[in-house]
Amino acid sequence: MFDGYLLSVLVWLPIIGGIIVLFSPEKRVARPLALVVSVLTLLLSLFLWTGFNAEGYAMQFVELAPWIEPFKINYHLGVDGISMPLILLNTFTTVLIVVAGWEVIQKKPGHYMAAFLIMEGIINGVFAAQDAMLFYVFFEAMLIPMFIVIGVWGGDNRVYATMKFFLYTFFGSVFMLISLIYMYSQGGSFAIADLHELKLGMTPQILIFLSFLIAFGVKVPMWPVHTWLPDAHVQAPTGGSVVLAAIMLKIGGYGFLRFSLPMVPDAAQELAWLVIFMSLVAVVYIGFIALVQTDMKKLVAYSSIAHMGFVTLGFFLIYPIVANNGGDTNGSALAIQGGMVQMVSHGFISGAMFLSIGVLYDRMHTREISAYGGVVNRMPIFGAFFILFAMANTGLPGTSGFVGEFMVILASFKANFWIAFLAATTLIVGAAYTLWLVKRVILGDIANENVGALNDLNRREFFMMAVLAIAVIVLGLWPDPLTHVMSDTIDHIIQQATTSKLLLP
Amino acid sequence: MELIYLAIPLAALIGSMIAGFLGEKIGRKGAHTATLAGVGIAFLLSVTVFVHIALGGNTYNGSVYTWMEVEGVKFEIGFLIDNLTSMMMVVVTFVSLMVHIYTIGYMSDDEHNWPKTSKAGHNSYQRFFSYISLFTFSMLMLVMSNNFMQLFFGWEAVGLVSYLLIGFWSTRDTAIFANMKAFLVNRVGDFGFLLGIAAIFAYTGSLDYKEVFAKLPEIADITVTLIPGQEWSLMTVTAILLFIGAMGKSAQVPLHVWLPDSMEGPTPISALIHAATMVTAGIFMVSRMSPIFELSDTALNFVLVIGATTAFFMGLIGIVQNDIKRVVAYSTLSQLGYMTVALGASAYSAGVFHLMTHAFFKALLFLAAGSVIIAMHHEQDIRKMGGLKKYMPITYWTSLIGSLALIGFPFFSGFFSKDMIIEAVHHSELGAASYAYVMVLLGVFVTAFYSFRMFFLVFHGEERMDDHTKAHLKESPKVVTIPLIALAIPSVLAGYFVYPMVVGDFFSGVIHVGDSHQAIATLKEGYHGIFGFVLHGIMQPPFWLAMAGLGSAWYIYLKNQSIAEFFYNKFHWLYTLLDKKYYADDFNQKVFAGGALALGKGLFKAGDRFVIDTVVVNGSAKLVGWFSGVIRKLQTGYLYHYAFAMIIGVLFIVSWLVFGVKHV
Repeated sequence: MFDGYLLSVLVWLPIIGGIIVLFSPEKRVARPLALVVSVLTLLLSLFLWTGFNAEGYAMQFVELAPWIEPFKINYHLGVDGISMPLILLNTFTTVLIVVAGWEVIQKKPGHYMAAFLIMEGIINGVFAAQDAMLFYVFFEAMLIPMFIVIGVWGGDNRVYATMKFFLYTFFGSVFMLISLIYMYSQGGSFAIADLHELKLGMTPQILIFLSFLIAFGVKVPMWPVHTWLPDAHVQAPTGGSVVLAAIMLKIGGYGFLRFSLPMVPDAAQELAWLVIFMSLVAVVYIGFIALVQTDMKKLVAYSSIAHMGFVTLGFFLIYPIVANNGGDTNGSALAIQGGMVQMVSHGFISGAMFLSIGVLYDRMHTREISAYGGVVNRMPIFGAFFILFAMANTGLPGTSGFVGEFMVILASFKANFWIAFLAATTLIVGAAYTLWLVKRVILGDIANENVGALNDLNRREFFMMAVLAIAVIVLGLWPDPLTHVMSDTIDHIIQQATTSKLLLP
Repeated sequence: MELIYLAIPLAALIGSMIAGFLGEKIGRKGAHTATLAGVGIAFLLSVTVFVHIALGGNTYNGSVYTWMEVEGVKFEIGFLIDNLTSMMMVVVTFVSLMVHIYTIGYMSDDEHNWPKTSKAGHNSYQRFFSYISLFTFSMLMLVMSNNFMQLFFGWEAVGLVSYLLIGFWSTRDTAIFANMKAFLVNRVGDFGFLLGIAAIFAYTGSLDYKEVFAKLPEIADITVTLIPGQEWSLMTVTAILLFIGAMGKSAQVPLHVWLPDSMEGPTPISALIHAATMVTAGIFMVSRMSPIFELSDTALNFVLVIGATTAFFMGLIGIVQNDIKRVVAYSTLSQLGYMTVALGASAYSAGVFHLMTHAFFKALLFLAAGSVIIAMHHEQDIRKMGGLKKYMPITYWTSLIGSLALIGFPFFSGFFSKDMIIEAVHHSELGAASYAYVMVLLGVFVTAFYSFRMFFLVFHGEERMDDHTKAHLKESPKVVTIPLIALAIPSVLAGYFVYPMVVGDFFSGVIHVGDSHQAIATLKEGYHGIFGFVLHGIMQPPFWLAMAGLGSAWYIYLKNQSIAEFFYNKFHWLYTLLDKKYYADDFNQKVFAGGALALGKGLFKAGDRFVIDTVVVNGSAKLVGWFSGVIRKLQTGYLYHYAFAMIIGVLFIVSWLVFGVKHV
């Protein structure tokens, strides 16, 4: 269906739908309309999956039209094995967000839903863009709806959080823009495929690599440019947190695969140690910080940073693996696929965690851990879901949380014992902060009368929890379909990343 | 047969799902019927499989489905069914079935354990059945696995169910502390285990047992340098990492601290999970990995030391415990130490054999303790019991059988299995074997002493309970006593499988013993039938040590209580040391738990709050203030303003930079 312009539909349907929702006068119209648009987008995005050919790495569903001809900027869309699953994750998550905000958002619900629909379209554009400038436009444009979501529907300290969020991410992307323009000046094209072929000297490569590292590192976020995330999460409404954690962070990881590794492989090889170091700090250091948080959302936000550490770790393991095995890349596909699976899995799990916190917040209007205790006595069904998601967060086998971490740890042993050792500490620290959260919030006797007055999940909430629970378990029990579609693309990226394109003077 | 293999764990899983998801609708009877049916089917099919595999001399190794395929390596879910597996399947499903039946009686008034306001207490009976069936499923997946990944799946899944069950009475603070502790301590073990698995994968490129074992000769001599200047054998590193996993799950020192606390869970699961099956997973795993462990004497010595230390020093703590379940728990720790010692002495078959006999008699002892607890109205302090023999004859006699089996009384199962272990250590030529031999010998005395101390205090002597409890003392219902009797039978008879299991060829081809480790081979040569073995045993020190322990317990606790008081006063420091469990809990609580929190707080304040946020981010506070001032003015509220402004801005920058670059 929509042969030849399916990706455009996935980008523009939610954006146009969102604009219509924005101007819908009443919530009676706006909400169902938003639901219809999001569900329709999800269903259409399934054609990406069914029509996808996992053999080979060529871009599929390609659309190409000139856009800004003087600069040879094209409206160029396409997907391969790494972007297609992320688009599906995005369309899937957006439906949940519309459902999650259904009754909860009383202040201008139409505008709220519209912002998320527009964001959905823009993010699909980010993943589908095959022109660097188009990517950049989507990459920046995505900030706007998120900025509005936090700024309008956020908590008391939302102004600080939005500023921090905006400045951090904007700061990061400006450098990327300069790099892209530099590469354009060298090669005369903004097409990502052309940039993959562009030969560059070592100094430009290093500078470009660092600029990408800032741009994508802020998004992921990597230590030490992560402090915007906990603030943004705490102030964001539930839906905002879900998109932030489940989708927006993934754009950083995606950027490393699409830009850094293939475009500047020599610099990536040179500086892989830095990224790996930063990733391991994220896993270990952030884990300890998560342990002492008193706000549930902050705890999960820090947990997100730690889990995303596995993504960047997996992506850059390729270089120490090659160095340690005499040029043999065997093991690096496991690492990168592990990072990708971790991204998708983290989308489910962090989304579920933030939705769960939202469920509690809607009832109690506090996120302080100390205000809770013994929730399971009043909300046994919710408690069961929460424990499931918490276990997934600790990487329990049989849930999706296990798969990515397992793959990355296995692969990291090929690179260096101590990398594997530090990465594997998440088994202990991750379990510690997550289960302690469970103990203090869910288990125990009813802590106070507010908890005593809680009611269990309604049907709407049950639906979104159940959908995520199924996703978490299915991916945990059978990740093969996911790794299969990305396999050839990742092999190609590995080949690009290990082939020098140094421009010799 | 293949469908039968699959049906065995799935029967338990389906039972669990019915009780878990439909518990509200089908009620208590529906829940226990469904799970009993599931586990019953699993048991019967396991027996069929045992007949086919163990008696028919077959082996099955096949895949169920491909979990994932990366770089040509298949990660599969599959089964390896050989003699070891089929024996484990029968033990697990049999004990599980008994525990299911027993639970009907034990949990029948569970609503009293919950505050009235708790909805979680509403279907707790159904939930409990769901959990124990889920446990059975997980344990079966663990033992039936043909690869390391599924082993790890089962490994963590039993840990999950253990977590859920220790904290089953979730309104109790002690229970939810204990379950978190259990999970975290196990995770420390799993940390090592996973690294061990990663080591295997890194050097063999596979996680399939068969492929890994086939590749071992190629990698046996590889050395690795983890710390510059230090070369270690890869096999030593791998074996020790794997064993750290076993130390967590099988509660070996210093990762033993979770097991005594796990007694917070309801008694049926203490029997099933924390005595008979889950905690023996480590023993099973090491036996399965015998080809790896056999390649490193260093690792075997390490195993010996850890096992022997656990066997003796944990037994000692059992002497000062007054909670009936905790005595049995420390006894379990000590017995797990014995099994571990067997592994270290390369007497894997003896370790597995003791695993089997122990599963029966320890499950029996726990369930009997539970029966006592029911009669005593949930009083667990043995100082408040006494003279229960005449009120509870079935519990009494079955407990006696269990205790005799535990201390290794001739003709009872434990006699054969424990003697085999002690003899094997005796014949082992490893460096740590002499230490281990002394420890396991002394352990025999300790075992007999604490077992019969408890036995006499509970069933004999004066009746120390209050009058109200005394008036209601009676034997437990049939659903409780029948499993006791059913477990008492193998507690006596299972020992007679010493041939073929240890001194026969039952495990040949399954368990691999290197040529330089001849302990079991020596035992085989010296074995001349059951009676010869018993006669020989009676003349050996272990038997006399056991008798001495039993006799001292009898004299001290029934005849002359003043001796206990004398020792208590004279050796108070020793009592305190044991009572504080060698201060292991305090140490962990202060150093690890406290240290982690302090570290987290320090990093958060110094790193995130101060360096990054205060210095770097708010260092540019003026910039932020200026920016926010500008942006606030731009907040018109119209989306297209932003979008439009942004695109114009981008285009402006683009053109400016592009032309700028070209001019240069």
